[in-house]
Amino acid sequence: MNIPEQDKELLKGLASEDRRAIEKIYRDNYPMVQNLILHNRGTLDDAADIFQEAMIVLFGKANNPHFELNCQLKTYLYSVCKRLWLKKLQQQQRLVIQTDDLEQVISVEEDLEQHEKRQLSFDIMENAMSKMGEPCKSLLEAYYIEKKQMQEIADRFQYTNANNAKTQKYKCLVRLKKLFFAQYKNTL
Amino acid sequence: MDDILLADTIERYIKGEMNDSEKTYFEEMRQKNPELDQQVVEQIFFLAELNKYSSLKNFKHSIHETVSKLVDEGLITKNSLRGTAKIIYLWNKHKRTIAVAASIAGIVSIFSASTISFFSNNKNNNIKPLVEKIKEQDDKYKKLEKEIGKLNTNSITPKIVKPRLESKFRATGFLIDANNNFIVTNAHVLNEAPHQLVIENSKGEQFKAISVYVNTDNDLAIIKVIDEDFKRLPAPPYSIRKGHTDLGEQIYTLGFPKQEIVYGEGYVSAKNGYNMDSVYCQLSTSVNEGNSGSPVINKRGEVIGIISSRETNAEGVVFAVKSSNVYNAIEEVRKNKEYEKIRITSNPSLKGTERVGQIKKVEDYIFMIKGN
Repeated sequence: MNIPEQDKELLKGLASEDRRAIEKIYRDNYPMVQNLILHNRGTLDDAADIFQEAMIVLFGKANNPHFELNCQLKTYLYSVCKRLWLKKLQQQQRLVIQTDDLEQVISVEEDLEQHEKRQLSFDIMENAMSKMGEPCKSLLEAYYIEKKQMQEIADRFQYTNANNAKTQKYKCLVRLKKLFFAQYKNTL
Repeated sequence: MDDILLADTIERYIKGEMNDSEKTYFEEMRQKNPELDQQVVEQIFFLAELNKYSSLKNFKHSIHETVSKLVDEGLITKNSLRGTAKIIYLWNKHKRTIAVAASIAGIVSIFSASTISFFSNNKNNNIKPLVEKIKEQDDKYKKLEKEIGKLNTNSITPKIVKPRLESKFRATGFLIDANNNFIVTNAHVLNEAPHQLVIENSKGEQFKAISVYVNTDNDLAIIKVIDEDFKRLPAPPYSIRKGHTDLGEQIYTLGFPKQEIVYGEGYVSAKNGYNMDSVYCQLSTSVNEGNSGSPVINKRGEVIGIISSRETNAEGVVFAVKSSNVYNAIEEVRKNKEYEKIRITSNPSLKGTERVGQIKKVEDYIFMIKGN
């Protein structure tokens, strides 16, 4: 199947967290998904939530170097949203989703499983982060999330030099690691 | 090497900031020192996780900004104010009436306290669901270290280990169909697991599950195991009785009032449950928190009920959902096309086997239910 060049470009943009790509994907696909959710006992809020989660699934895919889109982006998003919504309905003990599928649907089970795994790791890390005190938390966020230079961080947190800030950062990192692994238990 | 120096060295190594001789030296050290090698692998894995975390975090932030822009434009509509925003909004709106409300609340609490003592026959006050809330212990770090030791230490990207679900409670459930997919438990058990649901065997292996049927009227729920790693067993050795319960029938139960399977014996002491509720039968046996969802099995190897609750005011008075309800539940589940092939086993191979032998055959089909 021929994948439109535009779709490939959008995915690249997504992988590099480009806002324009995010916005374009929303503009092109959101109405379709909102329609799906509203016709299946969902609310406007549900639609916003489901689409947002689908975007995160797509982001995970886009970041995988081996990933190739093998259907149109539109089809992919529709399939993911439909599956996510079906799961949500099942959790609410309503078992059936009824749609006259005008859109083509592909199987996304595997992707969603990957997505759940990623989400779980994310939650564990978030939890570990939330348990860190200050200034550790801000220090780690500045370095690993905002990607600031050590010198800039030293200035912001008023360390006398970048080296001291660095030592402190590693101390914090060791603590974060312990917290993270304390939750991240293997089931074999 | 101390932790901090090591963290620094490994980070420079990963980022490619070492010069050639330093790199060669470091790699030699890894070769010679398995302990160091393990720490490097662990650190690489952790930094990769941290990296994924930060990129997803940044991405979520971008999404939020995009969404609020599109909400302003009207492409996305949201109905409600949410979360803290909503609470603050309500608080501001009703600030002035709070004082009045507080005084009313005082009156109401006195009033409701008296109603409870007046209607002390109220079902919910006297019987207790048997889900046990648990707190998993924090001995996880050591186990993880072992696991990481087992990883292929030459590979730069260690394989992803399956995270274990932290559960807030423990209950019991048992397999009912020939294909080993569907498990019966209590509806009130699933109230504890609005987000994630797993079953766990006595080895501590967890498998993902989803709920496919919940009926709070007869406290029955059916969940489906969806984990690929779940190994199929032969069809369950017990059958599920369709007909009535006999008074005085000897029974036994198997469940998880603790982290290991526990056996209990007793007999059917009444044909109806609390307040003559015909959905349940009454047993005389001993059960505890965590027994919710345990099968009640007679000597012919038929499941005749599912443990649901016990009376708090009396010793050994236990209520079980009658097994005939399971058939109605299955009918409901079959209405979904995806599940129309579900088949309950009907030939008890336990008949004529003595008790200890029966238990050996049955125990593999009974699982802990956990979730959060």
